[in-house]
Amino acid sequence: MAIFSVYVVNKAGGLIYQYDNYVPRAEVEKTFSFPLDLVLKIYDEKLVVSFGQRDGIRVLSINGVDVNGKYTAEGKEILEYLKDPANYPVSIRFGRPRLTSNEKLMLASMFHSLFAIGSQLSPEVGSSGIEMLETDVFKLHCFQTLTGIKFIVLADPRQSGIDALLRKIYEIYSDFALKNPFYSLEMPIRCELFDQNLKSALEIAEKAGAFGPGS
Amino acid sequence: MTVHNFYIFDRNGSCLHYSEWNRKKQAGISKEEEFKLMYGMLFSIRSFISKMSPLDMKDGFLAFQTSRYKLHYYETPTGIKLVMNTDLGVPNCRDTLQQIYSTLYVEYIVRNPLCVLGESLQSDLFNSKLDSFIRALPFFSVRAA
Repeated sequence: MAIFSVYVVNKAGGLIYQYDNYVPRAEVEKTFSFPLDLVLKIYDEKLVVSFGQRDGIRVLSINGVDVNGKYTAEGKEILEYLKDPANYPVSIRFGRPRLTSNEKLMLASMFHSLFAIGSQLSPEVGSSGIEMLETDVFKLHCFQTLTGIKFIVLADPRQSGIDALLRKIYEIYSDFALKNPFYSLEMPIRCELFDQNLKSALEIAEKAGAFGPGS
Repeated sequence: MTVHNFYIFDRNGSCLHYSEWNRKKQAGISKEEEFKLMYGMLFSIRSFISKMSPLDMKDGFLAFQTSRYKLHYYETPTGIKLVMNTDLGVPNCRDTLQQIYSTLYVEYIVRNPLCVLGESLQSDLFNSKLDSFIRALPFFSVRAA
């Protein structure tokens, strides 16, 4: 059981803090002969698998050398490189694309609006926004303070004790970010003590809630 | 426990069916707008989750909950989306939604030559079967809570 990452979003939907606690490294390397038995395409300046085995995983390296977006380390286009039978056999390493900081900002503001729509479409009066969002591999928990700051924690579906962790993060935020005289409100949090305390809170929560009931 | 309302969307985002049982608050916009907003939210959640996820997913988005209700989601490989809002006490409804798809949608819509796929469902038989199916669910009754 694990806690994957923490996001803090200000009341305008801007990402002011993000921390990746644990990123599972699911990577696979395979040697291919000509022609490739999967279809690659360029998506968002990256080369991803569009058909064959699993969709959306990204090409990370070719023949052991990391790629640079859609180009090889030497600056050639990968798609062109892979069209040439002379370059085979070729060994390609795949993995899930890592989020860039721009993507994280975008996802944070996306969640901000999803949160608001969730409360607007409520069939019951007085509903909050999305508090928990469930998928088969992770659960997203969100806690909004009265002042509109949202603390978001991504965790394993079986991890328990997340509500307590969210309140603990709020406490750490009030103690170490808000009381820091060099911290300006609504701006990205760059406080060392906040980092340290957050990390230790995550460690404690992971240990404490490791055997929580699955739901 | 109770069921609030139920939506069926097709792969293009048009709302094929909507029914409600115990809905206390309306969205304050026309039904057409509400369907668009609902579909837009689901579409964004799907893309949000596929980017956020640290691992590859099989089923993807299952449900979300707020302080007052829970939204259950089921999508078939053909893109039909079934959405049911219930209160918080209801456990995972994936099987129920799948049952609605296989025993009601496929039986009374897909097998009915007069129902044009991709258009709003007009079949009275489907509506009454769905209504009695939902009313028979163990968590339907308000008093069962």
